[in-house]
Order: sequence, then C-alpha cells, then structure tokens
Amino acid sequence: MARALVILILIGPVIAGLIGVILPTLGYFPAAGANHFSLEPIQALFAWNGLASAVRLSITTGLFATALSCLIALGFTASMMASPWWRRVQSILGPLLAVPHAAAAFGMVFLIAPSGWIARVLAPVLGWDRPPDLLIVNDPWGVALVLGLVIKEVPFLLLMIIAALPQVDAPSRLKVSASLGYGVIAGWTLAVLPAVYKQIRLPIYLVLAFSMSVVDVALILGPTTPNTLAVQVLKWMNDPDISLRGQAAAGAILQFGLIIIAILALRLFEQLMGGLRNWIIMGGLRLAMLEQLRWLLQCLGAIVFFALLIGLCGLLMWSVAGFWAFPDLTPNSISLSNWARHSDGLMVRLGQTAIIGFTAATISLSIAVLYLESTRTVPNWAIFLPLIIPQVAFLPGVQILLLNMGLKGGLAVVIAAHMVFVLPYVILTLGGSYRTWNRDFERVGHALGASPARVFWRIRLPMLLAPLVSSLAVGFAVSVGQYLPTLLIGGGRISTLTTEAVALASGGDRRAIAVFSVLQLLAALVPFVIALGLPMILWRNRRGMSHG
Amino acid sequence: MADGLGLSNVTIHKGETRLLSVDTHINRGEALTIMGPSGSGKSTLLSYITGSLDLAFKAAGSVTLDGEEINTKPAHLRHIGILFQDDLLFPHMSVGANLSFGLDRSIPRTERKDRINAALDSVGLAGFFDRDPATLSGGQRARVSLMRTLLSNPKALLLDEPFSRLDQDLRQQVRELVFNHAKAQSLPVLLVTHDMDDAQAAGGAILRLDR
Repeated sequence: MARALVILILIGPVIAGLIGVILPTLGYFPAAGANHFSLEPIQALFAWNGLASAVRLSITTGLFATALSCLIALGFTASMMASPWWRRVQSILGPLLAVPHAAAAFGMVFLIAPSGWIARVLAPVLGWDRPPDLLIVNDPWGVALVLGLVIKEVPFLLLMIIAALPQVDAPSRLKVSASLGYGVIAGWTLAVLPAVYKQIRLPIYLVLAFSMSVVDVALILGPTTPNTLAVQVLKWMNDPDISLRGQAAAGAILQFGLIIIAILALRLFEQLMGGLRNWIIMGGLRLAMLEQLRWLLQCLGAIVFFALLIGLCGLLMWSVAGFWAFPDLTPNSISLSNWARHSDGLMVRLGQTAIIGFTAATISLSIAVLYLESTRTVPNWAIFLPLIIPQVAFLPGVQILLLNMGLKGGLAVVIAAHMVFVLPYVILTLGGSYRTWNRDFERVGHALGASPARVFWRIRLPMLLAPLVSSLAVGFAVSVGQYLPTLLIGGGRISTLTTEAVALASGGDRRAIAVFSVLQLLAALVPFVIALGLPMILWRNRRGMSHG
Repeated sequence: MADGLGLSNVTIHKGETRLLSVDTHINRGEALTIMGPSGSGKSTLLSYITGSLDLAFKAAGSVTLDGEEINTKPAHLRHIGILFQDDLLFPHMSVGANLSFGLDRSIPRTERKDRINAALDSVGLAGFFDRDPATLSGGQRARVSLMRTLLSNPKALLLDEPFSRLDQDLRQQVRELVFNHAKAQSLPVLLVTHDMDDAQAAGGAILRLDR
C-alpha cells in the first residue's frame, strides 16, 4: 500500500505532466478551444526569434555550471581530505544545502553587482565614487547565472562525494598510489575518482539537468534579452493569452530533449576521460605537476564557501540598512524600518510558506515511514525521477491538465505538488538510519510481550527521533525553496516567501528583496536548528542516544 | 503433553538447503545446549521459536510451550524470554523504565515500582532505578537485561550466546546468575553457543549441529 502511494506521488505527476505537455505541443488543447492535432505550437516556437540564443544559453550556462561545480567539488575533496579542516567542512554542508537557491542567488547579487561589496572594496583602489556602469548581474553571457548555480551545487556535490567515500576506502587507495610514486592529487584522480564517480554519476546528471533548466536563479541572475529557454517557457505559461501555452509546452519538450542530449554528451565525455586515464596509466605518467594545483584547488573551494556566506551576510545587512552610500562597506544607519514597512506582506507569505512546508513535510514523513516499514521497496531511479526530470519540463503539463479538467490550483494542490519534490528527499535522508536500526530491539520488545504497535511507538520511533526530525526539517527546507511548483500549480494565486522574493527581483528594491530573502532563509534554516537541538534536549540524560 | 518447551520435527530451510532439523523436549528447570559452527542455523532456530524468522528462511514443525502449540501465535504472545549477545537495553529509557516495559500491564503502579526495585536489589543494583543505561558497566547492563526478561514472566528462556561479549571473569559471574535464576523460576532453558564452558555451566544435554 505504502509502496503504491510512493510510486503514485513520485511517478504519477511526472508521467501526467509529460503527457500534459506532449498533447498541447501537438496542438490538442481543449481549454483553449483546440480540439484537433496540428503543428502550429511547434511552428510558433521555431518562429520565435529568440529561440537560438535561448537554447544556446541553456546549454552553455548548464554545462559550464556543471563542469565548474564538479571540478571545484572534486578538486576540493582531493586537496582537502587529509587536512584537519575537512571535518569542519563536512559539518556545515547540511545547513548550506538547506539554503534556498533564491536566497543564495540574491546573496550573489549583493556581492557582485556594480553596487555590491566587491565593487565597494575595489572602489578606493580604482577611484570609483559611483557604482561602475557595468552589466554584471543579468549579463548576456550568463556568467552571473553560472556563478550563482556553482555556489549552491558545490556543497551538494561535496555531500554526495562524502557519502560515497567510505564505500571506496579512499585512504587505502591513496596509500597504495603514494607508495607507487603518485602525489595526492594524481593518486586521487587516477585511483579514487573512478570509483567515486560511479557513486556520484546520478547526482552529477541531476546537477546538469537542474542547471540547464533552472528558473528562479535564472530570473534573478540570468540574462534578460533573451532569457534562457526555461524562463521563456515560464513567461509563456504565465501569459494571459492562454493560446501561448501550446508553444510553452513545445518549449518544455525542447528543454527536456536538450537535457537528454546533454546527458548523452556527458556519457561520451566520461568514455573519453576513461580513455585518457588509461593512456596516462599505461604511459606511467606520475603527473607530478598536478601537486602544484593543490593550493589553487583549496582556494577555489574556499572562495565558493565564502561567496555563499558573505552573500548571505549581504542579504542580512541590506535587510536592516537605512541610507547606504556607495563606496561605504557598511550602511550609514541600521534600523528595523525595512522589516516594519513590509511586515504585513512578510507575515502573510510566512504563514503560507509555513502551512505548505509543514503539511507537505509531515505527510511526506508519514508516507516515508509507512514505506520504510513495509518490506517491498521502490527502485532508486524512481525515487530520483522527480528530481532528475526538470520541473520546467513536466510542471507546465500538470498545470495544463488541471486547466483542461477545469480545476483551479488552490493550497491543497500546491501542497500536493510540493510533496512530489519533498518526498524523495525525506525518503533519502531517513532511509539510511531507518534501515540500519538494529532489529534485535524489535525482537526483544516482542519477547517482552509488547505488540508490534507498542514496539513501533515506544521503541522504534523514539530511538529514531533524531533522524525523523532532521528529515522533517530537510523536507520543510525543500518545500520553502520551491518556486516553480508554487507558481505554476498555484496559478499565481498562492504567494510564498520564495515566489514573492523572486517577483521582487526585477523591481530592484534591494531592501525589500533583502527582507523577503532573509525571512526565506530563516524559514529554511530555523527548523534545521530545532531538529539538531530537540533530540539533544529530550535525551539530555541518555548518553546512549547521542549517536542515534 | 508435558510441561516445558517442545520442538517436534522442527526443520529450517534456506532456499533449497536444509539448515537443521531438531526433535526434542526441554522440561521445566532443565537446560539444553545447542552447539555448532556459525552458519549452522542455531540462531535461526531461536528466531523461529520467538516468531521473528527472517523471510529468507522457511521453517516447519511445531513448537509447544507447556503443552500448547505456540508457533502459530504472534511473537509478542508467545511468553518466550530471550537474551542476546548485546544487552539491548533501550537507550532512551531509564533502567527502571526498561524493567517496567516488560512487566505485565495488569500490575498496579505502586506494586510495579516495588517489584522493579526488588529485582534490582536481588542482583546488587539497588538504587539504579533512575540511571541512564549508557552509564552502566557491561556486567551491570547484563544483569539489568536478565532482570528485564525475568520480570516479563516468560515460560521459557532462550539464550543466544549471551555471555560471549563479556570479559572472562565477568562471564563466569553472569553465567551463574542466569542459570540460578532460571532454575529458581524452573524455566526450560535453550542455550545456543560455541563455548564449551557455557554448555557445561548450563548442565543439561548437549546437541551438536554439523555443517
């Protein structure tokens, strides 16, 4: 039963959504009065004169963001693993992952914009007394978009690499390669990476698919004329002229096709790299010069962390800033008036965000527990499916289907849509601890006369309290960060902190952006802190629970 | 049918291979030791008796307790106590709560506390009611674990190599304690081990499984 429910939630919307974009692409769209098949939507898509640039941007920004994220994450791991700092890096990854993409992207804006902190630091040196007239954010090449993606994808990939490392016994491999005359970086690249890569291949495809089709980060940092393809699909979807949804659907299919081609290209690249590795090994090259890069690789990783953290500090600073003259590093005055001015709007959106997040996370957690209790499992690819199929490829289809059925997107539908993306993360974060729980405790419980229900409520759940609350927090954070499901499925009627913050992006009111982003950030992070603290408080007199 | 724990024509299969086949009876106050190398299915036999057999195994044959067939009953209604290698004290409960967990619900609250304190007292752990199990020594934990099982009023006691994790001199002590208590409550005891000293301390017949 639980298994069927999981499959329904994870796969149902994806398939329905894909059907929902295929039909209008072929001209069938009853809600707009089109009852016969035609090629008009496809022709309309190809007639749009921004198409070539939009496609090119999606490919280049997606590939560059993925390549750069992989290079930095892998290089940082190889160069840092032996360092005493490595453990500390690991401990901040969880919270960094909970930072919503939009908040990270706005932090980036406040860092690199012409009036951002970097320009303010450089101003005295270069003699600027006004923000330089440069188009840095929303640049036509998508450089800012790539940077905004990299600062969020590197922590994600690092976490995946760290999860894979124990399974490949990296220290022994490095010892062997060192004894054979390979330096740390060369040994890592030739002896550890091939094994690690197998484990992180799926997450890398995920990063590629996400980077090519991201909407919220592209709206904040990406090029505007033209947009990336994903943003253009959203614009057509949101257009009051309902007939434009046909070409939006065609665009979604094109986006999906581009991602499949990109993944196939990546597979080819993997083969090439494997060949190159063999050539290096067969030639006996020790690649000693790679050791020179160690310092550079550490720096790149550190820059990513600092860019993310300083950007978030920038958000906080702008949210309380009064007047803030240009070259000054800090505001001339600090007050809560920005918060007071937006308090009504903030409270309404916080309420919506919390209701959606809490409901979606709680229901997902209950389903995840039921699913993990049952002995029948769902294959891993099914759990990853809603994460790897880009949102912009199938959510428009879900909206179109709802339209055709005459359903209006309300709160309940939005919550259901969030669950499609919350449930995989909840299952993934809870699964490990749930399955490694020592089942002998259950046997002892039964032997002591406790019924299965009593064992479940009195032994199993309390012993798993820490992983349960932390996966609830992860689920909540995932929901807080959702942009497209809220916007598309809610039909614009549901407004959360995320949708409001992204909507403010084009307006340029930095203080308004800052207060909404900071509250979005807090909404995602505070449950995390509670999840860490709650078990510690409840089990403060139970030493045996501190590693549960 | 006689009192005690009976295993009539119990066979256990893993896939197509037969792991073991046992036909025996253990009277009240007596012990039977099953010895055999790891992988011979001795712990699997205990799982079948307690009703927690893994799905990978298939078992047949009947298990009777005081004349009543129990192998069709759910695990928690079988009245079979079991001690494992690990003490498996619930880490989120105090020592007292661990003991109370197995105590019959019909016993009123005031009496429960007295019974638990008396049980702790009888194994030299007076005043340990509110302690965190994680702060106890290995020997203390083994004793709490034994009393938890005995307080749940089992009609038979299964021992799954329960002494193998303890130090040499502690093992001697705990072993004596377990068998004395089992004898005092005249429980049939089924011990699974590969330590000859355990088997001798149990004092009953020895059944060897070959592989």
